[in-house]
Amino acid sequence: MSLVDLLPIALLGGVLGLDVVSFPQAMVSRPLVAATLTGALIGEAASGVLLGAALELIALETLPFGASRYPEWGSASVVGGAIFATHPSHPAGAMSLAVLAALATTWVGGWTMVKLRQRNAVWAGQRRDALEAGARGTVISLQLMCMTADLVRGTLLTALAYASLSPIADWCIRHWSMDARLSRATVVAAAASVAGGAAWKLFHSTNGARWFFVGGLAAGLFFLFLR
Amino acid sequence: MTGAAATLPASELPFRTRMAIFMRLLAIQGSWNYEILLGNGIGFCIEPALHRLPGGIHTPAFHQALARESRYFNAHPYLAAVAVGALARAELDGEDPVRIERFRTALCGPLGSVGDRLVWAGWLPFCSLASLAVFGWGASPAFVVGLFLVVYNIGHFGLRIWGLNTGWTHGLRVASALGNPVLRRGPQQIGRLAALATGVAIPLALGRIIGPGRNLLGGVLVAIALGSFLIVRLQGRIEGWRLSLIVLAVLVLFSVIR
Repeated sequence: MSLVDLLPIALLGGVLGLDVVSFPQAMVSRPLVAATLTGALIGEAASGVLLGAALELIALETLPFGASRYPEWGSASVVGGAIFATHPSHPAGAMSLAVLAALATTWVGGWTMVKLRQRNAVWAGQRRDALEAGARGTVISLQLMCMTADLVRGTLLTALAYASLSPIADWCIRHWSMDARLSRATVVAAAASVAGGAAWKLFHSTNGARWFFVGGLAAGLFFLFLR
Repeated sequence: MTGAAATLPASELPFRTRMAIFMRLLAIQGSWNYEILLGNGIGFCIEPALHRLPGGIHTPAFHQALARESRYFNAHPYLAAVAVGALARAELDGEDPVRIERFRTALCGPLGSVGDRLVWAGWLPFCSLASLAVFGWGASPAFVVGLFLVVYNIGHFGLRIWGLNTGWTHGLRVASALGNPVLRRGPQQIGRLAALATGVAIPLALGRIIGPGRNLLGGVLVAIALGSFLIVRLQGRIEGWRLSLIVLAVLVLFSVIR
């Protein structure tokens, strides 16, 4: 892997990592979007959307409520999407390894976000007197500095994760022994289980939601077996 | 109300100022931290409006207002637009600083809980699941992504624009606007639609990801039902994504070492 291969992926990870919290929270960092964009960047948008859908099912569980600590999906989806899209024939194990790489990166990404927020607090503390004096330059520069740090965080995270996990994924794919469809079905079952659990947590207290879910499930299964 | 109101009629916030505030609202969480949370972001967003204080940016009134607005604040990032509009109006109307402080404190809770229920627990999952259903139906990557981004951001940008305008229009009396039917009943209605979308999306999405052939689908559906039940039962002890990480790590070890 050369720097020319790595740089666009890392920059995309940085921009999408920035979207998670700092700017503009337009949800381009959601896995469905981020992995598809990564696939498109590599020339394999169809692979990207497949992986993005699997990751999106898992990400439904981790919504960015208030000050809670949650995984960072933007950069992680870029890493997973890049690993999957660079294997366009979808060999056995490719999806399992791409999802695993994304989950590992999202875990580390969540940790780096906590560290960045602690660092932001230190920077704000160092400027307390100026902020208390209503210094315009301090308010604006603090905002820009923290956003730049977030962009750098996402870029470095994506670069390090992709550079280290991609060769491991390649090696594992070469030694993969399980049937391709069975291993993909295992990934989907795990992802959809998380989505099912998440949906229940979100909507079980809403009046009538269970019946809407049952109705939707009946329609979904009907369409699935119709096709 | 003091002399500021005489220089700036209540209904007038110039378009350029409004746009500057709106653009900054997109970066309101840029310096989010565990000490003052959104505080600096609120000051950052209101700053263009404070230029319109009598005397401009080199006056004690400007510095005092900016300092006041950059202190601790917490709210949902989209609905913080309501606070920014209302606080900008209060500052330009020359409201009593003690009243502004009390207002800021009182606004944090409602703007956080309403926004969380409406957006994070309603609109976002609904848009995500509806897009997954469209994906499962066989739509192209561009259509799936485009649909998600357009639909989600109609709600997102609409909420921010509504919030800024509502806050500016009502000023410190903005609490009444939070009784808007969309904010009160929206989460329930969106919740039902999202539940419907969940039912449609899961089977269709898994059908497309696994690929042609139905011999695996029955087993996968049973596994999903059991897995979902397990994740709900384990709620609070381990999150589903961590459980998935463990399951996949075991799968990889098994498939590679075997």
